[in-house]
Amino acid sequence: MSTFTEKHKKLERNVTLLAAAALVTVVIGGIVEIAPLFYLEETVEEVEGVRPYTPLELAGRNIYIREGCYNCHSQMVRPFRDEVDRYGHYSLSAESMYDHPFQWGSKRTGPDLARVGGRYSDEWHVQHLIDPRSVVPESIMPSYSFLAERRLDMEDPGAHLTALRRVGVPYTDEQIEQAAEHLALQADPDGFAPDLQEFYPKSQVRDFDGDPRRLTEMDALVAYLQMLGTLVDFEAAAPMEELSE
Amino acid sequence: MADTKKRIDEPTGTETVGHEWDGIEELNTPLPRWWLWTFYATIIWALVYTVFYPAWPGIAGYTKGLLGWSSEEELAEEMAEEAERRAPILEAIAATPIERLPEDSELLRFAQVGGESLFKNYCVQCHGTGAAGGKGYPNLNDDEWLWGGDMKAIQYTLEHGIRNPDHDETRFSMMPAFGRDGLLSEEEIADVTAHVRVISGQADPSEAAVRGAEIFGQQCAVCHGPEGAGDREQGAPNLTDAIWLYGGDTETIRQTVRNSRYGVMPRFGARLNPVEIKMLTAYVHSRGGGEDFVEVAENPETEVDERP
Repeated sequence: MSTFTEKHKKLERNVTLLAAAALVTVVIGGIVEIAPLFYLEETVEEVEGVRPYTPLELAGRNIYIREGCYNCHSQMVRPFRDEVDRYGHYSLSAESMYDHPFQWGSKRTGPDLARVGGRYSDEWHVQHLIDPRSVVPESIMPSYSFLAERRLDMEDPGAHLTALRRVGVPYTDEQIEQAAEHLALQADPDGFAPDLQEFYPKSQVRDFDGDPRRLTEMDALVAYLQMLGTLVDFEAAAPMEELSE
Repeated sequence: MADTKKRIDEPTGTETVGHEWDGIEELNTPLPRWWLWTFYATIIWALVYTVFYPAWPGIAGYTKGLLGWSSEEELAEEMAEEAERRAPILEAIAATPIERLPEDSELLRFAQVGGESLFKNYCVQCHGTGAAGGKGYPNLNDDEWLWGGDMKAIQYTLEHGIRNPDHDETRFSMMPAFGRDGLLSEEEIADVTAHVRVISGQADPSEAAVRGAEIFGQQCAVCHGPEGAGDREQGAPNLTDAIWLYGGDTETIRQTVRNSRYGVMPRFGARLNPVEIKMLTAYVHSRGGGEDFVEVAENPETEVDERP
């Protein structure tokens, strides 16, 4: 015992040696815990339907992150009975594979939002974001009424898509080139949905914020919320067990 | 500083670490035995854990552990167990047509209780905890129904929703935005508002209301009926009573006529299974305004041809 502590003393008293040993320890930890996630195929299960975000949804996601929604809302239904009964099928890793960064969150002051898409009407979302207490009296969520006033300013949507492509989201050249048109199309009340669905299956085209004359941040955020958890069709897909394997 | 002066400290009987600064020495008090053994035990526990539970990554996969445990399988088992426990009564509900549910009081009670917990999860955000609704979201406790209040009509509404985007079977109708789309002038809107205030018993007859009555007959009676009593086939509200979805004051009625309303209810057929829809139906029906199903009176399958 004493020889071990004597040797350890050497390590403690030599900064360079200590740093080197610490590095070796961290590297081992990284190899065991992080590296396998990149090469093991079962890390992200194969699921049909997951696609990259449309430019408008992406703009909404950026607002979601900017406003810190993740501080109170998770996007991760865990595989427990109470959660599955309340929110729907538990989240699959594939469902957030195009998220950079993912929005799993770790705290639920508000409810989980992983499957909130289609659960409420657009009007409800707008009203709730403007005045949460008008629809949920016990809510402590702050008001985000300014979103309805602010014009959506995404500068260059194509650049966002390009940035995401660099980290592995499979946007095509066409999607990047037409990003600005797609952004406008999705919030256009008279937009022709199949034009967008050709590029982004299951995307929803309509005026989201109840004000068809303007493209606001509210449009983007509601568009994002309304698509959350709607991409994978769990009814049509294989049963749960097969999906998870 | 020197490490050579290890000695036994007399008052405590403990060895010193052997160095001193300005006469200050440090005791080398050993860790408590219980703590040390607990520490070793946790290391052993961790190793044993990796043998029994999923742990080590390999080249093509990870070790599944001797117990073969996974949270997803555990959930599937738990759900299956629960499904089996509920199966007899759920099957009975599934086999009973919704309009016959009230004949079996035990089944009905189960459906209502199950429906209540579903309601708390899916419906209270709009219709309120007590189902009393709010501006734009109907009160489900009264006997005023936009699209029908018998079991079948409620079931259809729950399953297909109202004005649901991208769903063909949804209940649909669309009131024109008379002001925004230039169908009526501001004066005409004021007149028709006056008329609606009269037929709802909120104002005394006036000249404006008389002019409004004529406009109402041309523009509004098609859906709301000549008397303004509404039409459930089209979800057109009754305008002659004191129940208002958005408000019955002059300004709100004007806004409604000017810009129209377009209330949307999600379709729950996409989210809940048919038995859950039936249970929810039974609960909503039990809230106070449930109407008896009459075979010929209503055909909830009927759709309005007013599609955009």
